[in-house]
Amino acid sequence: MSDQDQPLLRITGLKTWFGDPAHPVRVVDDISFDIFKGETFALLGESGCGKSMTALSMMQLVPSPAGKIVAGEVHLKSQDLLQLSERQMRTVRGKHMSMIFQEPMTSLNPVLTIGEQIAEVLRLHSSDNEASIQAQVIDALNAVGIPDPQQRLQDYPHQLSGGMKQRVMIAIALAAKPELLIADEPTTALDVTIQAQVMDLLRKRQNNLGMAMLLITHDLGIVADRVDRLAVMYAGELVEQASREEFFNNAAHPYSRKLFAALPNLGKREQSLETIKGNVPALDTEFKACRFADRCDRAWGLCHTEKPQWHKLADGHQVLCHLYAHDVTQVKIDNIVSLKEKTDKTIKSSKNESMPVYNHVLMQAKGLKVHFPIRKGLFRRISNYVYAVDNIDLELRKGRTLALVGESGCGKTTAGKALLQLIRPTAGRVSYLDNELTEIKGKALQRLRAHFQIIFQDPYASLNPRMMVGDILEEGMQAQNIGSHTTERQQRIDKLLEQVGLPVTAKYRYPHEFSGGQRQRISIARALAVEPDILICDEPTSALDVSVQAQTLNLLKDLQDRLGLSYLFITHNISVVEYLAHEIAVMYLGRIVEQGPVESVLSEPQHPYTQALLSAVPVIDKEHSREVIKLEGELPSPINPPEGCHFHPRCPQVKDECKQIYPEVTQIDSEHQVRCHLY
Amino acid sequence: MFAYIIRRTLYAIPILIGVNLLTFSLFFVVNSPDDMARMHLGMKRVTPESIDKWKQERGYDKPLLYNASAEGIEKVSDTIFFDKSLRLFVFDFGSADDGRDIGFDISQRMWASLAIALPVFIVGILVNITFAMLLAFFRATYIDIWGVVLCVILMSISSLFYIIGGQFLVGKLLHLVPISGYDTGVSAIKFLVLPVIIGVIGGIGAGSRWYRTIFLEEINKDYVRTARAKGLSEIRVLFKHVLKNAMIPILTGVVVVIPLLFMGSLITESFFGIPGLGSYTIDAIQNQDFAIVRAMVFLGSVLYIIGLILTDISYTMVDPRVRLE
Repeated sequence: MSDQDQPLLRITGLKTWFGDPAHPVRVVDDISFDIFKGETFALLGESGCGKSMTALSMMQLVPSPAGKIVAGEVHLKSQDLLQLSERQMRTVRGKHMSMIFQEPMTSLNPVLTIGEQIAEVLRLHSSDNEASIQAQVIDALNAVGIPDPQQRLQDYPHQLSGGMKQRVMIAIALAAKPELLIADEPTTALDVTIQAQVMDLLRKRQNNLGMAMLLITHDLGIVADRVDRLAVMYAGELVEQASREEFFNNAAHPYSRKLFAALPNLGKREQSLETIKGNVPALDTEFKACRFADRCDRAWGLCHTEKPQWHKLADGHQVLCHLYAHDVTQVKIDNIVSLKEKTDKTIKSSKNESMPVYNHVLMQAKGLKVHFPIRKGLFRRISNYVYAVDNIDLELRKGRTLALVGESGCGKTTAGKALLQLIRPTAGRVSYLDNELTEIKGKALQRLRAHFQIIFQDPYASLNPRMMVGDILEEGMQAQNIGSHTTERQQRIDKLLEQVGLPVTAKYRYPHEFSGGQRQRISIARALAVEPDILICDEPTSALDVSVQAQTLNLLKDLQDRLGLSYLFITHNISVVEYLAHEIAVMYLGRIVEQGPVESVLSEPQHPYTQALLSAVPVIDKEHSREVIKLEGELPSPINPPEGCHFHPRCPQVKDECKQIYPEVTQIDSEHQVRCHLY
Repeated sequence: MFAYIIRRTLYAIPILIGVNLLTFSLFFVVNSPDDMARMHLGMKRVTPESIDKWKQERGYDKPLLYNASAEGIEKVSDTIFFDKSLRLFVFDFGSADDGRDIGFDISQRMWASLAIALPVFIVGILVNITFAMLLAFFRATYIDIWGVVLCVILMSISSLFYIIGGQFLVGKLLHLVPISGYDTGVSAIKFLVLPVIIGVIGGIGAGSRWYRTIFLEEINKDYVRTARAKGLSEIRVLFKHVLKNAMIPILTGVVVVIPLLFMGSLITESFFGIPGLGSYTIDAIQNQDFAIVRAMVFLGSVLYIIGLILTDISYTMVDPRVRLE
């Protein structure tokens, strides 16, 4: 048999169960797939579906004794890895098969130098002498694009940025030149521009080494861009396998289709996003029917009673679904028709609603600055400042959404907090209607706070775990004297919970009893409890899965239509901006470089940074694929921002002028403005 | 780093002034010199004359803070506060009731304290880390479970039991070492072996259980998974990756007590008849010798502050992320 036919990796019937053997949690339940030499295979699915556990099972790194591989075979070439002893397995890990992880911040040992962490792999898997190993470490750092590797050897992980850390992780994983690399959400924790750099690096190294890659991700965009074949995973099993083209043209499984439909983008602005009803089923039961049946719009009799079989649709495209059995073709067609009708209806219904158009300014910031002092020396004298927010102007209009977009560390969250006076601005004015917030203190400011509320990124950390949901909602009302007595407030709590789509009984439960999406609903209800006009949403969906994100975005949009709320939407996710925002402001290193109506900024971005940011977002729609403008390097430190235009060191169109003078505002049209010397 | 140490030392000054004022009010205001004299002379048949004489002998007859009858600078300096409390800052502790110089006694006795406390400290840490590492290696097996049970049993037993039991078994039945006593030079070793062993055993329960928790917390971190994915053996993972990270929280609790080792142990020293600072303090309390107790309280505070500064410095050695500015 030639190399081409024989898969590099063949997994058959893999099962990894957790917990009590009498009532196991079937985290990975009967999974089979092949990966061939040199190809990229993606495992796509939402959190908790078992993708990472599949990878850890392959490496035999399942947390023990909680988890156990109970059945299956993992053949790497001709060897069944599950038959190897732990000692033999160690020679496979890192040498033939290696792994990089989602969180570069925590995946490196903080107290060892990066040189040592790479050298360790080489020492383990080769018998080279120390001088040769040091040379190989430098080569490895060079290969992942780390500048001055000789100096960097002695650096510790905390001295590197997130993107650089992930590069070091890649260097560690590839040091011993493995045949298979498992990349578990390698760019999820990184910014889009850095994500593009890291994915390019992975592809380049993969080509150099002729290595195969198993890419684990929840991001359809990355899959569309980078993979050869993929499998969709749901509730511990695979539901569809296809080549990339097949999948993006003809996704077959209802779950796969739902994933596409739940993605926000410009085209869906006028309609609400598709959501998947219900939750992923608990994995501690034995499934006797289709796992997705209860959440599926197209489920029919058989789906609830019998396990589906694999059906082959095209070469290499197979799906685990009853809809594709030959004898039910008619049902399938009926279903598709009904689905189409339904979509048409949603579009129509939301277009029919006439939305009142508001235009008056609710909140306005002029010349807003937040500088954090850096103190040094014996007497803690202020030696410098972190220019977190440096002279920005913003306007929030009634019933509109302003998106504040930028990479992490650009100051967008600080700007949001400064607007609400949660951090007092160093300079500048913030007005709410006729009130100058920067001059109001104490009780008066506290009373005004009822008008503007904030929702935070992490719904797990931003709700007090010791308070019942009802108490969380009531606390704000009490502080603002809303509702004269308990009964009135309780009625209002019931109404709020209903408004955000939670059962009334939720008020007697604690935050940990809810899923991530439900918790974000509680956060929204908490913010709404004091009847605000303005909500600042600080990355409210970035910790959530696509289908849950769709629910949250629908809710926010619905609330805006009904209550006329204004949103300041702080995010790095461009597709969310496309879907939700009316105006957009792009922030770079504490300043706004471009702002204007969302249609004109996104379709005709003027600033080179906006252009690069938009081009780095992986796109699913291949027809509209754009040339990716690669940004070199990373966001500079806001302590010593570059002279002149802050963006000039990374700008592909830099001119001499850019290095000296910070550009003034140029009006592209009446509403669209940009700060760039090109205009 | 240098600027940091200087600043921390400067911060120590107001703390020490506070400690000084507090001990002053405890020892001279709450408990007045008259009370001291009465307690010291015995409650019965105490004449006002004998109290005055007792106070005069020790310099307690002066006013507390302000001497109205004195002239010039002496209005402030000829007081109990100036004589007794301010002098502590230059480690002038005055003399004890029996007339001996306290500073001299401390400088003599602290070496005996250190001779016990230091070996207990070092051997104790090594034993605790080794035992905790063993439990972490065999985590979630019967070895681990029974190891933790043993720790709980060990920490539930009073340290007095270890001392008396050890003296009975090793000293009285087996006649391996003397039950108590002390000597100088090399011959001190035979007196030190038993208290050191007992000190270590008494600390195993609490120490190992705590370190085990720290190790287990580190073992679940992402970088350990990375290390395993490299193909490292469990032993290498534990010793190279986990131990160094676990040293950070371990140091927090450990370095701060290093200076306090000079103070010795109250109970161990009295039971084994070791002439260290622990037994010195116990004797002073029994004899109502307030000058010594006051000196030891102040010394303890100074050493504790030094310990805190040492802890911060030791962080920079094990944790590259910490830079003292």
